[in-house]
Amino acid sequence: MSLKVDGLTVYYQSLRGDVKAVDGATFEIADGEIMGLAGESGCGKSTLGKSLVRMDARMRYVDGRVELDGKELPVWDDRKMNPYRFKHVSIIPQYALSALNPTRKIGTMATELLASRDIPLNGVVDEFKRRLKIVGLPEDVLERFPIELSGGMKQRVVMVLSSLLDPSLLIADEVTSALDVSTQRAVSELLVEFRDRGFVKSMIVITHDLSVLYQIADTILVMYAGKLAEKAPAETVVHAPAHPYTRMLISSLPEVGVRYAEKRLIGIPGRPPSLLEPPTGCRFKTRCPLAFEKCAEEPPFVEVAPGQAAACWKATA
Amino acid sequence: MLEGDSLMLNVETCCKSYRVGAFGGGELLAVQNVSFDVHPGEVVSLIGESGSGKSTIGKMILRLLKVTRGNIVFDGVDISTLGGRELKAYYADVQGVFQDPFSSYNPIFKADRVFTMLRSEYFSGLSATDWHAKLEKSLDAVSLNPGDVLGKYPHQLSGGQLQRMLIARALMLDIRLLVADEIISMLDASTRIDVLNLLGDLKSRGLGILFITHDLSLGNYISDKTMILRRGNVVELGATELVFGNPVHPYTKTLLASVPQLHTKWQDVDVTIGAPPAPGNGGGQLVLAEGSLELVEVEPSHFAALDGDGAAP
Repeated sequence: MSLKVDGLTVYYQSLRGDVKAVDGATFEIADGEIMGLAGESGCGKSTLGKSLVRMDARMRYVDGRVELDGKELPVWDDRKMNPYRFKHVSIIPQYALSALNPTRKIGTMATELLASRDIPLNGVVDEFKRRLKIVGLPEDVLERFPIELSGGMKQRVVMVLSSLLDPSLLIADEVTSALDVSTQRAVSELLVEFRDRGFVKSMIVITHDLSVLYQIADTILVMYAGKLAEKAPAETVVHAPAHPYTRMLISSLPEVGVRYAEKRLIGIPGRPPSLLEPPTGCRFKTRCPLAFEKCAEEPPFVEVAPGQAAACWKATA
Repeated sequence: MLEGDSLMLNVETCCKSYRVGAFGGGELLAVQNVSFDVHPGEVVSLIGESGSGKSTIGKMILRLLKVTRGNIVFDGVDISTLGGRELKAYYADVQGVFQDPFSSYNPIFKADRVFTMLRSEYFSGLSATDWHAKLEKSLDAVSLNPGDVLGKYPHQLSGGQLQRMLIARALMLDIRLLVADEIISMLDASTRIDVLNLLGDLKSRGLGILFITHDLSLGNYISDKTMILRRGNVVELGATELVFGNPVHPYTKTLLASVPQLHTKWQDVDVTIGAPPAPGNGGGQLVLAEGSLELVEVEPSHFAALDGDGAAP
């Protein structure tokens, strides 16, 4: 088991109280697995990803355990996490396009970064160049400033940098969202290639776009309002989802070939609850067509079919 | 009130160039010889990657940018000649809604200020009760509950609500053409389909819509006619089912092969459409003046550009 998360609970501190952004997340990722993490904005997916690497000042660890390769990750302790970051878990941040220092050439920035982490440059710099070639960048990007690169090129530079030390777990937060369609495909396929080449052992790909995940992920975890809704192999999530939220979400997505005049898609009425004071019981119950009395109790996130877990009283696949 | 088949908007060999470089000595052709038309009750989608000039076309139609060469004709009148009262009348027919709903509102004021301003400009003669009835009617048309949205500040409302309020604002004028520039992109998956369906309903009431997007599946869902833009040139234009069903230009094929689909893997798409070429660095970026492309008719109501790549048959 590469990553094991058990009951991870992370709140945001605000003047009006705690925002319960991630509440009791429990899941596992196997070696070599690419797990897609999907959900609408504000569902806690980025918070979950970030909390595995570094909690920012507003985030507060409440509960839960994280285990990577059999060793516990001290996610609650900013300083104790230092030896793990970059080397064992690494992240491609959400705004990777602006993650590069505009005043440094790419090559200078990379060596400074490695030096600051006390990583001997021998070998690593050559590996950096080799990997830039793999992602299709000419070696002279090292001599260029970030402003001279296009969005797709910058994204690839950040990808190579983040995974340079062969981390066990790489978290890719919305890496394709800001890119054009054709670049989006190339970058997504590179993520898979990184896994196949063994640059990273397993990966969490966070995005709001389920169709990208269907292309590259082995499993998909869907979150709703801070809770895990469903985790299953990508094929199952798309073709036989168990949770009503996943089902409604999938059927509301327009695709090439689906036309308004022929088939009118239906959205999900209502909007996600506020995470300041989330409703008790199932957080989806107010928007759910299947809701019944029992939904006042919180449904456990349990296996409903082999390899498929869902948090819904009616989810019996 | 609208004639069934009359031409409403006609864009004729429209060009837009920007001055670039330190002293404005360079010329950047953002839009080159683009021609198309919009009929009442028709949704035309402009699809392109960033830098393809799609938003520039929308802004020229809204007269937010000047046309460098060519004409934009609305109801037989060249819009560049409009001024003063005529321009105001033009805006009573044509309105735009843009990508980021939050930046369309002034955060200091309540969100319904957009309606108040509209009232003082266009409906100053209307009594308060009539105005309210009209306001509620148009909020109802975009399925918003007046009590939920009026009197609130922009940050108290969701992106979908704000976006629908902007559409409601445009509808109050009984507009005939809506320029919708990436209006869905900021919305969440579960609510974006509602806004798309709303556009579909408005279309069946005779509204012409110019739907600007980078998302092929959204364009495909809603539009009658599709125009694919690349570097300011039209590479393919035609009825939506023909452009998507039988793409001719290699760029259109690349785009279609790159769209992530929910039920088809990329590998399977490659078999039917052909794998996209290795990505260039900066695929959608503008280039300095390049010869404009000639459109040829591939089949009835389906045109594709013939360019250096030996594209069209």
